[in-house]
Amino acid sequence: MTTLTTVTDAVTERVQFVVPMQMQIRGAHLYDKTRRFVTRTNGQKIFVEEPIPPVEEVALADIDLSNPFLYRQGRWQEYFERVRNEAPVHFQAKSPFGPFWSVTRHADIVAVDKDHETFSAEPFIIIGEPPRFMDVAMFIAMDPPKHDRQRAAVQGVVAPKNLREMEGLIRSRVQEVLDDLPIGEPFNWVDRVSIELTARMLATLLDFPYEERRKLVEWSDLASSMEQANGGPSDNDEVFRGFVDAARGLSALWRDKEARLAAGEEPGFDLITMLQSNEDTKDLIDRPMEFLGNLTLLIVGGNDTTRNSMSGGVLALNRFPDQFEKLKANPDLIPNMVSEIIRWQTPLAYMRRVAKKDTMLNGQFIRKGDKLVMWYASGNRDERVFDRPDDLIIDRRNARNHISFGFGVHRCMGNRLAEMQLRILWEELLPRFDKIEVVDEPEYVQSNFVRGISRLMVQLTPKTDA
Amino acid sequence: MSDVTFISHDGEKREAPLEEGASLMQIAVDNMVPGVDGDCGGEAACGTCHVIVDDQWVAEVGRSGPVEEEMLAMNPEREPASRLACQMRVSENWDGLVVRLPEFQM
Ligand code: HEM
Ligand code: FES
Repeated sequence: MTTLTTVTDAVTERVQFVVPMQMQIRGAHLYDKTRRFVTRTNGQKIFVEEPIPPVEEVALADIDLSNPFLYRQGRWQEYFERVRNEAPVHFQAKSPFGPFWSVTRHADIVAVDKDHETFSAEPFIIIGEPPRFMDVAMFIAMDPPKHDRQRAAVQGVVAPKNLREMEGLIRSRVQEVLDDLPIGEPFNWVDRVSIELTARMLATLLDFPYEERRKLVEWSDLASSMEQANGGPSDNDEVFRGFVDAARGLSALWRDKEARLAAGEEPGFDLITMLQSNEDTKDLIDRPMEFLGNLTLLIVGGNDTTRNSMSGGVLALNRFPDQFEKLKANPDLIPNMVSEIIRWQTPLAYMRRVAKKDTMLNGQFIRKGDKLVMWYASGNRDERVFDRPDDLIIDRRNARNHISFGFGVHRCMGNRLAEMQLRILWEELLPRFDKIEVVDEPEYVQSNFVRGISRLMVQLTPKTDA
Repeated sequence: MSDVTFISHDGEKREAPLEEGASLMQIAVDNMVPGVDGDCGGEAACGTCHVIVDDQWVAEVGRSGPVEEEMLAMNPEREPASRLACQMRVSENWDGLVVRLPEFQM
């Protein structure tokens, strides 16, 4: 509770600082409203869900993989399979997000992802354009050398060395959550386990007031469900309000940490401490957009990705019950299974690039300025790389070759944390529960970017000691 | 037959037979040497096949080039003799090669 009060106090004390940052966001909000008015999207939903026809009924050129309902309606596999086989580098000329190329084979995706000289991650890595405030500087959408400098400043917090320090704490937080779960009655796994654990993990990383941890999830969810950016359902006004709130909370966190360190508190292994003790970033807060960008990137990056891998794993083991038996017989398979779950789920469907020069890609001529979408969701089901790609096979030999973390200089910075978190979850689940049954059809998120499960009703049977 | 020795961070030694023309990453993975992942399958795009070449072998084996630097430069365990094993094509002169493994792959 003390942390909570200190944070609130810090907020009030730092009004002078917080105001300019909020003003920047408000200004952006106003700008965006005007823009939306001019482009006539103001107040109107761009996406209304309609049933998607089977892929055979659609002409190849009309296939639009950016449809934010493709995953929810369970059509994505057939669509990607056809494109992968008939037009692996596929052009869609008139999507709601403008024209774009789809790169669907594993090998082509790796080729694009690692070639940042030809394919730029700037200005955005989602298919559409977020409202203006996302101009906050996120290094996931920067090319080297700027990218490298920014990543260098924060990567230590999730580097394996630091994770070793955090493992014990993360494990005990997992245990608390699991020991508290209802037995023998259905509950929503997404909320009780996946979201809760992710919130705890993020709060640990940031040393964020623990009782307020759900705020991190709330902010991140708003940021990653923007309609214009990826076809998500959230309204811009809501996003902006959330962002102002986030800016306030995160700067308070920074100031509070500064004060605690100055008062002689032991430095922790959290992100803020790390940034404050690095020469290049100790004044990061004076560069608000960069400050917010770096923090939001970690929060957003670590949020629904791990969450959906936690839900996806349970779902997959229910779809392939023989694999759950295999796992129970041999818990040593957990690390490989974690990679396989991340492959099977592919929490982020893609990253976007823009061609910096004319080039050829698997026989297609790509013009300078063209947008390309690297569909990880498709690469992970590429039959050229993975045997029976749609099946979860927990001892799959090449599970680690999955493409869910991307490749090249932007390769996921949090990959080892995500793996650790999932490994701990399964290490703690196995000794507790004999059955983890999905008892209802899952519900899915509206997005072309986040492959999310919003509701997964589960019933647990405890292990009876043999 | 010629061999390569991988020395883990804790000092544990693992020998594996060398196969000319294969990559050193492939040899490590095929022989299940712990501590080499090779996630990208040899594309110099993941950095999980990081090895540190023994001083005595640097001249023979060579140093990392720009392609490898893409994935090595940011690694906190990077050393002057760091290489991506997937970019090391085994040659007939490498019998007895010794490489160390970092504590962690990124
Ligand atoms: C299963 C979980 C996760 C998945 C599937 C995932 C996926 C990805 C992907 C696809 C990228 C971009 C790769 C590219 O462009 O080539 C990425 C980058 C990134 N991820 Fe993750 N992520 C996960 C967990 C996390 C976690 C837990 C964190 C942090 C707490 C995190 C932080 C980041 C950051 C900071 C970047 C930007 C790296 C850069 O641009 O250099 N991710 N992630
Ligand atoms: S195997 Fe990925 S960089 Fe060598």
